[in-house]
Amino acid sequence: MNPANFYALVGIGLFCIGLFGMIINSHLLRKILAFNIMGSGVFLILVALGRRADNMPADPVPHAMVITGIVVAVSATALALTLMIKVTTITGQATLPDEDDK
Amino acid sequence: MAIENALMTFPMAFPLVSLFAVTLILLPLVGVICCFLMPRISRTLGLFTSFANVISVAGLGWQILEHDSYRHAVGGWGAPLGIELYADGLSLLMLATTAIVGLAISVYSTAYFKPAAGVRFWPIWLCLLTALNTLFLSEDIFNLYVTLELLSLSAVALTALTGSKEALSGAMRYLLASLLASLSYLLGVVLLYHSFGSVDISILTQQMQAPSATLATATPAVWAALGLMGAGLMLKTAIFPLHFWLPPAHGSAPAPVSALLSALVIKASFYILLRLWFTLFEPLVDSQAINSLLGLLGCTAILWGSVQAIRQTRLKLLIAYSTVAQIGYLFLIFPLAPNMGSLAWNGVAYLIISHALAKSAMFLCAGNLLRFGGHDRIADLDRVVQRLPLTAAAFALAGVSIMGIPPSGGFIGKWLLLEASMNQGRWDLVAVIVIGGLLAAVYIFKVIGYTFIPAKVTHEAHAVSARMQWSALLLAIGAVLLGFLSLPVLSLLNISDATITSGVGL
Amino acid sequence: MNWNAWVPLLVVISSLLPGLIIFSLPEDKVRLRITLNLFGALIKFLLVGLMLWGVYNGFHYEIRLPLLPNLELVLRAGPLALLFVTLSSILWLVTTVYAIGYLEDSPHRSRFFGFFSLCVTATTGVALAGNLITFLLFYELLTLATYPLIVHRGTEEARQAGKTYLRYTISGGALLLIGTAWLYSLTGNLEFTPKGFLTNMGEEHYPALITIFILLIAGLGVKAALFPLHGWLPQAMIAPAPVSALLHAVAVVKAGAFGIIRVVYEVFGVEFSATLGVLTPLAWLAAFTIIYGSIRALYQDDLKRRLAYSTVSQVSYITLGVAIAGPIAAIGGVVHLVHQGVMKITLFFCAGNLAETLGIHKISEMNGVGRRMPWTMAAFTIGAFGMIGAPPIAGFFSKWYLGLGALNTDQSWVIFVLAGSSLLNATYFLPILHRAWFKTLPESWPEEHDFGNKETTWTLLLPPLITAAMALTAGLLVTMPFSPLEWAKLISAREFYQP
Repeated sequence: MNPANFYALVGIGLFCIGLFGMIINSHLLRKILAFNIMGSGVFLILVALGRRADNMPADPVPHAMVITGIVVAVSATALALTLMIKVTTITGQATLPDEDDK
Repeated sequence: MAIENALMTFPMAFPLVSLFAVTLILLPLVGVICCFLMPRISRTLGLFTSFANVISVAGLGWQILEHDSYRHAVGGWGAPLGIELYADGLSLLMLATTAIVGLAISVYSTAYFKPAAGVRFWPIWLCLLTALNTLFLSEDIFNLYVTLELLSLSAVALTALTGSKEALSGAMRYLLASLLASLSYLLGVVLLYHSFGSVDISILTQQMQAPSATLATATPAVWAALGLMGAGLMLKTAIFPLHFWLPPAHGSAPAPVSALLSALVIKASFYILLRLWFTLFEPLVDSQAINSLLGLLGCTAILWGSVQAIRQTRLKLLIAYSTVAQIGYLFLIFPLAPNMGSLAWNGVAYLIISHALAKSAMFLCAGNLLRFGGHDRIADLDRVVQRLPLTAAAFALAGVSIMGIPPSGGFIGKWLLLEASMNQGRWDLVAVIVIGGLLAAVYIFKVIGYTFIPAKVTHEAHAVSARMQWSALLLAIGAVLLGFLSLPVLSLLNISDATITSGVGL
Repeated sequence: MNWNAWVPLLVVISSLLPGLIIFSLPEDKVRLRITLNLFGALIKFLLVGLMLWGVYNGFHYEIRLPLLPNLELVLRAGPLALLFVTLSSILWLVTTVYAIGYLEDSPHRSRFFGFFSLCVTATTGVALAGNLITFLLFYELLTLATYPLIVHRGTEEARQAGKTYLRYTISGGALLLIGTAWLYSLTGNLEFTPKGFLTNMGEEHYPALITIFILLIAGLGVKAALFPLHGWLPQAMIAPAPVSALLHAVAVVKAGAFGIIRVVYEVFGVEFSATLGVLTPLAWLAAFTIIYGSIRALYQDDLKRRLAYSTVSQVSYITLGVAIAGPIAAIGGVVHLVHQGVMKITLFFCAGNLAETLGIHKISEMNGVGRRMPWTMAAFTIGAFGMIGAPPIAGFFSKWYLGLGALNTDQSWVIFVLAGSSLLNATYFLPILHRAWFKTLPESWPEEHDFGNKETTWTLLLPPLITAAMALTAGLLVTMPFSPLEWAKLISAREFYQP
């Protein structure tokens, strides 16, 4: 196994862990963190797969994409955190109410 | 060398059509910045931008009609390195729908939002418009990701605008679902890039469809990309059973925002799904199993959404569930298109447009009723509906299109789908299409029935401005008149680049 | 530029435009509203007259507008269309006058007259439709335009009636839609053609065609109140009298019956339908509905409900005439479209007059009313005798031709149906007449309105007198050119004899 594939597999692992965390946790902060872990997984895969063959220079396009992706993820996280704070202030708890409760 | 060439031809390669396309992206973006810089006049800015947007779309349409489908390399950098803009009949239709619905909603919002709330509404709405315009002009799956994310973030922000408990938790749920969907889509993009070294749809399509590529295309990575991107986009489109986030978000947002979300935002992700499915994934999804599954989801969505809509006691939730049901109709394209290409394609495109007009009209009506009576409990609406005859008329006309009763845009769409299903012997789909229409009649007349019951106003009524009533009514009239415009609209749809829609049989 | 092409469209627009303007009028603009209404009705009447003259002289009135790829919106003035459109334009004019008088000073008149005009627009569209999709379009528009009229009173009962009406008609519309779409996907053609356009279909398509026939007839049968799809009609009686009059005589019920004529004659063709073997069951169903409606009518004490069941029965004469599949019966069926319309509208006008002037809703309250309102009851008597089929009133000729036609095609059982139904008609109409003319006047009426020394206002009295006179003239002058019967003969000849 070459390093690139290894990184990619780690990325997939991170993605799955994040996905699992996002579904399983009800606390909003944990959900947001899980989202970030998922994101890191995707970026890792993107960077790792940029090198298509061992003897070739790495493809720069994925790096540009990762930077864009990180920017997007950061802004999404910022929005999510703000929303979370608002939800927590107004409902007193950092979880979403079940739909059946309404 | 390529760069040099591009630079050399730059002045000449900037024809009128590119001017309009670039304007469509830059104009709302400049609007956003101006709104932030000059919050006092944000209302004027917003209205002006929406209006200018309509003109730009008209200009683009005029150019496309003259010169056929259009491709533009931004800054002179062509694919695979740069980002290309692309516009054909379908994207033009989506842009036009966005522009028209957007203008009506802008007019409505000038009266709906008080200045304090408007300061927050206008920049985000223009941001949403930027995202939509860019999305419909992109043909690069990574660029689509960025626009999709921009779209979702602005949509979530708009949903949370009122700051009520329902709105905030609805927005939060929407945001989480949408982030999950985006990442899933992005991972798909990554896998595709890894397999083919490009993110440009037409290049990817060529590679997927090249005879030598048949083996390479069926790799696990490409299959995984199909699954991930499909699932992500379906979550964003809120197809059953991934619709859980839609009713709370659409039901609790301010009326113009609900209108934007239901009419345009979910259509954007569906548009991407449609594009990808029938171009680069076409060789993979030729097998009937996936398409049948999507069709099944569509059917369930129609029935389940309609039944849920009937069960609702609040008007906005009723309309939101109606959206869930109507999305189901769009998914009928997947089982029908492989054999009945243009019929199904035309039918679904028509449903997209007419649903956008009708559903936005309905949400605006709900906003009027809510403003007037202070509540949207259906059982108590009789006291409200009668005092607002224009709104009642708008709701009824929009309802006609949603039910698919002739003459209306909804009827044309359903007729084309019916024809496609019958020609293919899919009687199950015929039954679902018709039953969906009947169920829609049930929930729409549940509301309209109250129009004729005389009731006294028992509470203090708030005035609803004429602008709010008329913008809803005009949208609804548009949805009905669309029933007479099928030839020009469908002929627009036929403008496309051969490589992009090769599989659709247009 | 061919001006003739635009005439059918203008006929439709002549009521659509006033309707749309009326919606926007404030409630107190009574005079403008009346002017618009009458103006529209007159223009329509004149345009229809022009078309009648034109068609008689061999002009061709047809307009085609694109609706879908390969499908057009067609309005064409053929003989059959003209029969129906003439009926509806004349009766609209009369009913408008009546409605103006009837609804004086009641609320929501702009809304009422707006939908009233839309309803007539839809009916003219149904009449002039040149293919099945155009027909479907106006047929659905009719459903939507009538609903507000039925629930106009706004009571809980009215809302329920409206609900029932929608449940029936929207489901019927869905069946019609499936049938139409199926027919189109099978043949690629929906154009109404004399003798139908399906004769070339191979035998392998027969099962599908039979199903389509059933779907179409079921969809149309809802409006034509064919048993067991008639349930909405008696309930819809809750509507104001002019609406009931229009629903029963011209608009809704007739649209259904007219659709059945179109489907049998100009989609399937009589011969081809007979080959499919679908006409005999249809004839039996119609015959059953005739008897069933009459029997139900017997047991109603509410005058309008009795009339409603009478409609259920009478409209099926039209279906019966079509289903017998002979040229003479066809004349009877087609002409009954007009005759029943004129007679039934008279009866409903009279019922409305009784309700509006004296507050009478039930038959048991009608003792001696003939002496209080002689003119109204005279008109009622003519209508009732026409329904029974007494010569020389128009109704007699419908039944005569139906009977002859049945004998002509060796279906003598129809004679018994006709005789039985006439007997039943007499049983439920004659007691009303006896009560009205020969019983003694009661002390007081349920709710009397004072109109001075007149029996009621002229806007209420004139319309039933006019329509009663029409019923009488249609019978007396039955052999004159342009009489409904002569026109029906032309239609029948076109379907049966012309190559």
